[in-house]
Amino acid sequence: MSRTRWVWIGWALLLVAAVVLPFLVKNYRVFQFNLVLVYAVAILGLNILTGFNGQISLGHGAFYAIGAYGAAVLMDRVGMPYWATLPLAGVLCFVLGFLMGFPALRLAGHYLAVATLGLALAVPQLLKYKHLEAYTGGVQGIVLVKPDPPFTFRFLGQPFNADRWLYFFTLAVTIVMFVLAWNLLRGRVGRALIAIRDHPIAAAVMGINLPLFKSLTFGVSAAFTGVAGALGAIVIAFVSPDSFLITLSIFLLVGMVVGGLASIPGAFFGAIFIQFVPNIADELSKSAPAAIYGVLLIVLMYLMPTGVMGMVRKLWARWQPGAARLRVNVNPGAPVPVSPDLTKESTT
Amino acid sequence: MEALLHQIFSGLANGCIYGSIALALVMIYQATHHLNFAQGEMATFSTFIAWALIQRGMPYWVAFALTFGISFAAGLLIQRVILRPVEKAPVLTNVNVFIGLLLIFNACSGWIFDHTVKAFPSPFPQESILKTAYFSAHEMGSFLVMLAVLLSLYAFFRFTPVGLAMRAAAQNPESARLVGIRVSWMLAVGWGFAAAIGSVAGMMVAPSVFLDPNMMAGILLYGFASALLGGVDNPWGAVIGGMIVGVLENLLGAYVIGTELKLTVALVLIVGTLTLMPAGLFGKRVVTRV
Amino acid sequence: MKFNHFHLAVAGLAAAAISLSAAAQKKYDPGATDTEIKIGDLKPYSGPASAYGTIGKAIAAYFDKVNAEGGVNGRKIKYISLDDGYNPAKAVEQSRKLVEEDEVLLIFNSLGTPSNTAIQKYMNQKKVPQLFVATGATKWGDPKNFPWTMGWQPTYQTEGKIYAAHILETKPNAKIGVLYQNDDYGKDYLKGFEDGLGDKAKTMIVSKVSYEVTDPNIDSQMVTLKGSGADTFFNITTPKFAAQAIKKAAEIGWKPTHYLNNVSSQVGSTLKPAGLENAVGIITTQYNKDPTDPQWANDKAFLDWKAWMQKYYAGGDLTDASNVYGYSAAMTMVQVLKQCGDNLTRENVMKQAANLDMVLPMALPGINVKTGPNDFYPIEREQLARFDGKTWVLFGKVYDASSN
Repeated sequence: MSRTRWVWIGWALLLVAAVVLPFLVKNYRVFQFNLVLVYAVAILGLNILTGFNGQISLGHGAFYAIGAYGAAVLMDRVGMPYWATLPLAGVLCFVLGFLMGFPALRLAGHYLAVATLGLALAVPQLLKYKHLEAYTGGVQGIVLVKPDPPFTFRFLGQPFNADRWLYFFTLAVTIVMFVLAWNLLRGRVGRALIAIRDHPIAAAVMGINLPLFKSLTFGVSAAFTGVAGALGAIVIAFVSPDSFLITLSIFLLVGMVVGGLASIPGAFFGAIFIQFVPNIADELSKSAPAAIYGVLLIVLMYLMPTGVMGMVRKLWARWQPGAARLRVNVNPGAPVPVSPDLTKESTT
Repeated sequence: MEALLHQIFSGLANGCIYGSIALALVMIYQATHHLNFAQGEMATFSTFIAWALIQRGMPYWVAFALTFGISFAAGLLIQRVILRPVEKAPVLTNVNVFIGLLLIFNACSGWIFDHTVKAFPSPFPQESILKTAYFSAHEMGSFLVMLAVLLSLYAFFRFTPVGLAMRAAAQNPESARLVGIRVSWMLAVGWGFAAAIGSVAGMMVAPSVFLDPNMMAGILLYGFASALLGGVDNPWGAVIGGMIVGVLENLLGAYVIGTELKLTVALVLIVGTLTLMPAGLFGKRVVTRV
Repeated sequence: MKFNHFHLAVAGLAAAAISLSAAAQKKYDPGATDTEIKIGDLKPYSGPASAYGTIGKAIAAYFDKVNAEGGVNGRKIKYISLDDGYNPAKAVEQSRKLVEEDEVLLIFNSLGTPSNTAIQKYMNQKKVPQLFVATGATKWGDPKNFPWTMGWQPTYQTEGKIYAAHILETKPNAKIGVLYQNDDYGKDYLKGFEDGLGDKAKTMIVSKVSYEVTDPNIDSQMVTLKGSGADTFFNITTPKFAAQAIKKAAEIGWKPTHYLNNVSSQVGSTLKPAGLENAVGIITTQYNKDPTDPQWANDKAFLDWKAWMQKYYAGGDLTDASNVYGYSAAMTMVQVLKQCGDNLTRENVMKQAANLDMVLPMALPGINVKTGPNDFYPIEREQLARFDGKTWVLFGKVYDASSN
């Protein structure tokens, strides 16, 4: 059989496994899987900006929060059905991300990192602001109603309840977002983003409209993470300013690097890491679970410095017959850094 | 008027706090071109060590010197043992390792030393010659210590061969190796100094802020903002950036927008300033050949 | 013999007798067996609130003591405490793990208003008790809407009202300055305080300033408060910032009538770092004995507590009031379990929790724990105390919020 046939069969098997999975495990695991999917979309958004386009962001938690609150306010105050809030949250975050892209044009590397850090710190404060309390619920947050499944049945001995319905909803949205990202990044746009990341001046000379592309990338990236935030709000059924502290932005960054920069499937591995490793750390130590998490993180970085997908790519390349090794690699080697550029390999 | 002056001076005192941690960040940046996220937690841990030594009866300045030494050695070791394996890895991988270190130090501080608030002694007696109407003796003393650190740092990088070697190693490691500089050791020494400066910052900050494992969490963020506002490769910029952030925050909170939004507005202003001056107020503009 | 009405009656009586005796036998919900009772808990062992993780360890140590002494009605307590990092999303996940995977009988003393708000609906839907919640928010005492949720400590709003009442009584023309933490904790206290002052709140409060937990210090806020001309100060902070406020007030020469909230009132962890001489005259409310207060040094209950700490929680800090909190809360829980006897259904647990009338040894004299079917606030009494430089001296009457 041809290679594409194998690929299609592989995807089909994966899909079947994903569909059957929620019925094999208890409710609370399904809830955890929902969170993994949500974080995967959020990390994918961040990866579009930082991995593919080289603009470091320490503030994606802010877009996640805005998406989540957007969905919550629409559901709670305006009475919109939950599925309708997703596109609106995405559009809102796109606009805000695009606007954020303008100052980002002038900043590079560490300076952009601090600017986005500022955004991540400012958003919880704004959410608590008393004059916005009528909309945001202030420090108490907003409690949401978990959506009910539109129909019920039993399969493999487990009922099709709210959690499993949300799992399929989230899975569908995740698949859509991933396909969108893949489509966007594999064509001219993807190559343009990578060109901007690696050789911005050459890219401009080739006719790529740098300011427009970079701002649009910021917007798209924010939209992805905003949709993830909205999904998260629906799954968890609660939003509050304390849900979106700076630690969220930092963990999204950690997840992105663990999964692999400039990699779409890497987002899943990153999401699995940030969702499950804290639980593992908690079981190993009650006195200092964060220390265990830190140790595991550092060890992982030693073993896989370019992330899980980086390692997978390396192994895959070794497996290939000779000619295929010359295929274009999206993670080029070490060119001369033009400005403090955080996604590139060090030249030390 | 009196209140305004109070706010400004209190902002300057805060600015000292931000400036001192910003100095440690700049130190590490000049030596390694990385921003160390774990700087705050390392400083806190060093301060806890100093506290433990003082609790055992050691006189202040002996404990100070010992902590300085221990922090230097620890910083060196961390670079040699923990950061060496990822030296050649992409920058963000290093950032992940810093975040891991941050979590480890923070958790260990809490585990070993407890979360109860602890008082840390100040070496500058309350009613000394340093006390003025608007500054307490300790605030004046910390300011002078920070100035001393700043001047030593500046002199070190500008006038000593080791400092020059360090700057070369950070800027162009390949060429540095070719002229015989042991680049790896320069990085390690840079980390050692940064850890030591961090410990000084922690010991100066702790008397007024009180010592607990989360002492530096907020300060580190302000330290970043200050370092970058002033230009991340310029120690003077770090200190002046810190002062500006401290005063700005106070004035915004007291007179402009109220305390509930002062952090937001301060950050907006900082980002705005950076947009207008992308290398910070005193940073070097990087010009590259195409 | 034909099967007639007489035989039917005997059969019916026998069946009734058997079912009645079955009712007197043991009844269990998931989490309870003949030998074990599983109790779940959510605590922040990591993250910004990790200081309160010690409460979880204290509770575990108290249950160790109870188990070592034979357990409750012959059953050992299995205490499963999970880390939620003070993050509501994690709290939802961990509470579901406790209920659905670990199958605990109830969740006890979960900490943090955001985490508890996030899980409240789920717990009530699943009909699992969310008992003795570890926050002072007022909303946990709402049996009509949330019959499975109950608080424990005196609410923040109650405490704020007590201070307001005291000010109206003793200094009706006071000019009040308020410093509060900008989160649900600070704002809840503020609400109680303003409600307590009623119409006079607007005229009496001349300055209200907030701070974030990420702020390094509150010097600027203290300068603003002094500049507003306030002569009374309501200090709503957590221990570190409380110490800073007390020290700064002394440094800038501001000597108002100082009301400090209970959470930050320990001698060892707040007043001592701030300087005991700076804290003279501060007023607070208390319901527990402060383990660092010299007046309890020879008190039997304190010595028992100290012995327990040294035997079962040797690594714990004897100056940390959180360890008294955990001890007393765990004691309340054990009392509820004792009252349940062999009927360990969740419904009975809530029924017994709503039927408490006990005294805690580490609570102040006069403070009791009392609940009823419409009263889901176990501890409602507090007393004012003034610091004299060495210890908290109780004065005035015992305020009882249940009479409000």
